[in-house]
Amino acid sequence: MRAARVAVAATGVANLASVLAALRRAGAAAEAVAAPRALAEAELALLPGVGAFGAAASALRARGLDEAFLERWREGRPSLGICLGMQLFFEGSEESPGAAGLGILPGKARRFGPGLPLPQLGWNRLAAGPAGSREAALLEPGWAYFANSYLIGEAPAGSIAYRASYGEDFVAALEAGPLSDGRPALLLCQCHPELSGAWGAALLSRWLAGGKGGSR
Amino acid sequence: MSGLALRVIPCLDIDGGRVVKGRSFAELRDAGDPVELASRYEAEGADELAILDISATVEGRKTALGVLRSIREAIGLPIVVGGGISSLADAERLLGAGADRVSVNSAAFRDPGLIGELAARFGVQCVVVAVDARRAGGGQPGLGSWELVVEAGRRGTGRDAVGWAREAADRGAGEILLTSIDRDGSGSGYDLELLAAVAAACPLPVVASGGASEPGHFAEGARAGARALLAAGAFHRGELSIGELKAYLSREGLEVRT
Repeated sequence: MRAARVAVAATGVANLASVLAALRRAGAAAEAVAAPRALAEAELALLPGVGAFGAAASALRARGLDEAFLERWREGRPSLGICLGMQLFFEGSEESPGAAGLGILPGKARRFGPGLPLPQLGWNRLAAGPAGSREAALLEPGWAYFANSYLIGEAPAGSIAYRASYGEDFVAALEAGPLSDGRPALLLCQCHPELSGAWGAALLSRWLAGGKGGSR
Repeated sequence: MSGLALRVIPCLDIDGGRVVKGRSFAELRDAGDPVELASRYEAEGADELAILDISATVEGRKTALGVLRSIREAIGLPIVVGGGISSLADAERLLGAGADRVSVNSAAFRDPGLIGELAARFGVQCVVVAVDARRAGGGQPGLGSWELVVEAGRRGTGRDAVGWAREAADRGAGEILLTSIDRDGSGSGYDLELLAAVAAACPLPVVASGGASEPGHFAEGARAGARALLAAGAFHRGELSIGELKAYLSREGLEVRT
């Protein structure tokens, strides 16, 4: 079976070693890619993210990588966003007022309420989304590793895959925008699947299999 | 209750290309191949891996960086790396080789501004401040009950360890890795009073280190306020499997990732 090819966006502000290693362990041919055209046309693309929302959004624009992800969305090519890379698919974030995200999904990231140490740092238990959502298509909920101070509270109707709670409920991962053949165009993870042990590896493998047109 | 699981963290002390383990930071013995151990611990259910580079030479540090790369390729868990980090460039090198977080110790004491610089550059989640503490002898004024020691336990600072942990939090640390030098390698359990004192004084998660060898020690550490429990020798020697330890903690009513 041919290895799925994954272009990992080299935004210059995220550490890529963990993500590349996890994709390769899952059997993918994964490379860091800085060229917008190559990213736009790649079979699969991944937007990683650490650091501040505003700096990451600027870095994406400065490299023309924002357009690459927008084109992928329009063309129905699958993308995966992780942590800050998930939040960048939304309109913005309380963390950096005035900085625009990709705006592919409605809503903004906001800060966790007071009372618990931030960032949320460690393993949290996921739960399936509300009835009627597409969680049935995903893996059994497990434990996943998080490192975030900002959260997405609501996702587009029918798209929530998993939720978790840290003082309040938030979206731990979601799928959005089914392709004509039923595969999701976007998998967005607030958690870090690349650091989430066997469960994270299973989630990545499932995404890679979808990207090759294989069955779930 | 935060909803986050209590973490169990095996620590690999690396000298050149091998894992070593000693007592009170001395008397080092070979404890195995780092990639093999890391993979075994991931399979057993470790929640994170700590790597402490104790190489004394430039050549040894280069080798340790290669070891980090190999471990990163092998395991899908968060990796925190410490040992000799004294600049943003040092941290960047380690993060590029596959570390997710870095732990600073002596250099942060020499130059406390380093903590904030690391947090601004890499994010608070990336910055662990390692605090090595030793029970203070005869009531020196201003010292409190534990003295901060640096340079791998070799040098006392005359500084109150609990006060230093609080300052590290104020300066932008995301977590405190708290080692009792008295208990390190002793197998007699964590210094619970030290843990409780730092957990009470400091708003950050505290990782307990130094002395745990039996399941009960880990549960005591959690009850004293630790959010993560680190050990080395007991795991390396095969006396305690992480899977069995987590099953025990779960039976004790402590929430662990299963």
